Amino acid sequence: MKSFELKNKRSERIEQGITALLILASVISVLTTFGILFSILFEAIEFFQIRSFWYFMTGSEWSPGVADSKFGAVPIFAGTFWITAIAMAVAVPIGLGSAIYMSEYAGDKVRDVLKPLLEILAGIPTVVYGFFAALTIAPFVVKAADYFGMDASFNSALACGIVMGVMIIPVISSLSDDVIRAVPVSQSNASLALGMTKSETIKSIILLSAAPGIISAALLGLSKALGETMIVVMAAGLRANLTWNPLEDMTTVTVRIVDALVGDQAFDSPATLSAFALGLVLFIVTLALNIVSLTMIRRFKEKYRINTL
Amino acid sequence: MTEEAIRQDNISSMSEQQSLPQEASEQKKSAFNNNNGRSSDNNIDNPFYDPTLKARHAKAKRFKFFTIASLVFSIAFLSFFLVDILVKGLPAFKQAYIQVEVNYNEKTLESTRSAIDRKYRRVVSRSWYRSIPLQVEKNPALMNSSQKVWVLADDNVDQYLKGHYYKLKSKEVKLIEELKSSGDVELRFNTSFFTSGDSKIPENSGILSAMIGSILTLIVTMLVAFPIGVMTAVYLEEFAPDNRFTQIIEVNINNLAAIPSILFGLLGLAIFINLFGMPRSSPLVGGLTLALMTLPIIIVSSRAALRSIPDSIRQAGYGLGLTKIQVTKDHVIPLAFPGILTGSIIGLAQAMGETAPLIIVGMIAFIPDSPSSIFEAATVMPAQIFTWAGMPERAYIERTAAGIIVLLSILISLNALAIYLRKRFEIKW
Repeated sequence: MKSFELKNKRSERIEQGITALLILASVISVLTTFGILFSILFEAIEFFQIRSFWYFMTGSEWSPGVADSKFGAVPIFAGTFWITAIAMAVAVPIGLGSAIYMSEYAGDKVRDVLKPLLEILAGIPTVVYGFFAALTIAPFVVKAADYFGMDASFNSALACGIVMGVMIIPVISSLSDDVIRAVPVSQSNASLALGMTKSETIKSIILLSAAPGIISAALLGLSKALGETMIVVMAAGLRANLTWNPLEDMTTVTVRIVDALVGDQAFDSPATLSAFALGLVLFIVTLALNIVSLTMIRRFKEKYRINTL
Repeated sequence: MTEEAIRQDNISSMSEQQSLPQEASEQKKSAFNNNNGRSSDNNIDNPFYDPTLKARHAKAKRFKFFTIASLVFSIAFLSFFLVDILVKGLPAFKQAYIQVEVNYNEKTLESTRSAIDRKYRRVVSRSWYRSIPLQVEKNPALMNSSQKVWVLADDNVDQYLKGHYYKLKSKEVKLIEELKSSGDVELRFNTSFFTSGDSKIPENSGILSAMIGSILTLIVTMLVAFPIGVMTAVYLEEFAPDNRFTQIIEVNINNLAAIPSILFGLLGLAIFINLFGMPRSSPLVGGLTLALMTLPIIIVSSRAALRSIPDSIRQAGYGLGLTKIQVTKDHVIPLAFPGILTGSIIGLAQAMGETAPLIIVGMIAFIPDSPSSIFEAATVMPAQIFTWAGMPERAYIERTAAGIIVLLSILISLNALAIYLRKRFEIKW
């Protein structure tokens, strides 16, 4: 009897130990987020101690290499915005269109073929997209612009944006497809019974019900586009160029981060530290987008009581 | 069936473009009966006639066409992309070789370029000249002999034979044509692409060192991410009480999955390299950085696998007096293991294609020799592709594309393996 109790106590202690270990493992993911935040934050603060924060947010000249270096990030933000906007203009209609076809028109068999096919697009490494953008799409854009009598750069924002858009299509289509299929059939049946055509039903009933999920998918795509690195590093320009013309070369936040950290400068030079300041902006913006997106999708799930999304 | 319902049915089936002729005629017949002899296509008399109907159907058709078009665009882009990469990359699996007379003697060891006849000097690869002393060292019998051997050709010869852009003088082009007619130049399978590391000489560069670097990095990644990921999933799914702390962890994991990968690189640089002083460019740092990125993928898929195990399994275990840990360890995890493994392989494939964070931690160094430990400087396959893509020589373009083909084949095999495992071991409860 005594030995039984002893064993029980020992195993109890072991069980407690294991539970503690499991909790520890779960905490690592939280630590990672804070690790990212603080590692960026501290270096960024160091940067803003030697350079003006105000000029960083509003200045329009970015010249880190020269003796009289200036760090005005507006042209970088503008370039990021332009390339992302082009990417979203490609990805949202096409991704949503594909999702609607797969969920509403295609049969189950066709869908089973199409969905993995689209997901191949998501599995392709971004460095491969970058190569494709730089060597195939960019020269094509230059030729096409030339045909219409316009001048395009080989590092045009348009070429990057298009390829980035294609990369984001599966992000949007996959999530939208799930969301559209989660809308109760009774809603669309009611609409069809009232004499709406299928397309009217989709547009004014199904998409409206699925809107939170679709917006959440688009925001997730947006955050992915903002943080995308390899495509822009390989196909976009390095020059901080403030322009409205998408045929010109532009640079993005991620390109400047890579450029600042790959060079041979000392780690505490303002040129290197500027990468962390840009990283901080990127972190805050994508974090906000992710949180909004995750909250919307959770509300959607609660509304329709879905656990599978 | 009232006429109204029939009409709606008709409309919806028309817009779906799949109205079966038999059904349609039946409906028409019943509509005829209900209307007391009024013809159904005489729309003016029909109280349900909608003058905009034609336009609405056209609109419905256009909308459907748009959805198909967008899908076709994605598929067309994918196929164009794959064809483009194959066309660019497949030639790199063949490499030009030239048969020339080689003299091995004291003089050639000093000035290797004098080993072959003057007129061939510019069409033979520079890397081959460098290997002459090594050849003699390996096989001393070669000394003071003269032999006809196949040697690696210069990259411009290679590009010329493949019909790409080349930089050769007309004299050299003539020479190649002569060699071609005498059968002394040929394209062979490019084994050195798989057996050598990176090189500044395009015809000599291969993907081996990057492959080894990738393997070392991914070993570190999986050793760290797999246990932590599975443990987190087990905790959240089996043990965690539904409180605020658990919710924070959950939101955090979802958020971590959507953070741009380059920011993980900044973390690796600031914490692993600068704070912990781990060696820069090493698979250790790269692997740890990738591990943090892969964690959310493994956690999410493992949780899904654990959730799919029915509660009856757990209840049966408790009923027999097992503790929670015993039930989880001996019953739930083994049953969920195929699902966990599938998710981990998909996470592995994603980590394998990741480039941006590795560039930040310095894994784009020029690595001619394969690394032998996780503390040495190394490069990984996607980073190698990135480096080659930036090289000025034309011959690197096809090597880049060839590297992409190798990388994509590995990724597709990994994903196929994951799908196979899922299909093979999936249990339908």
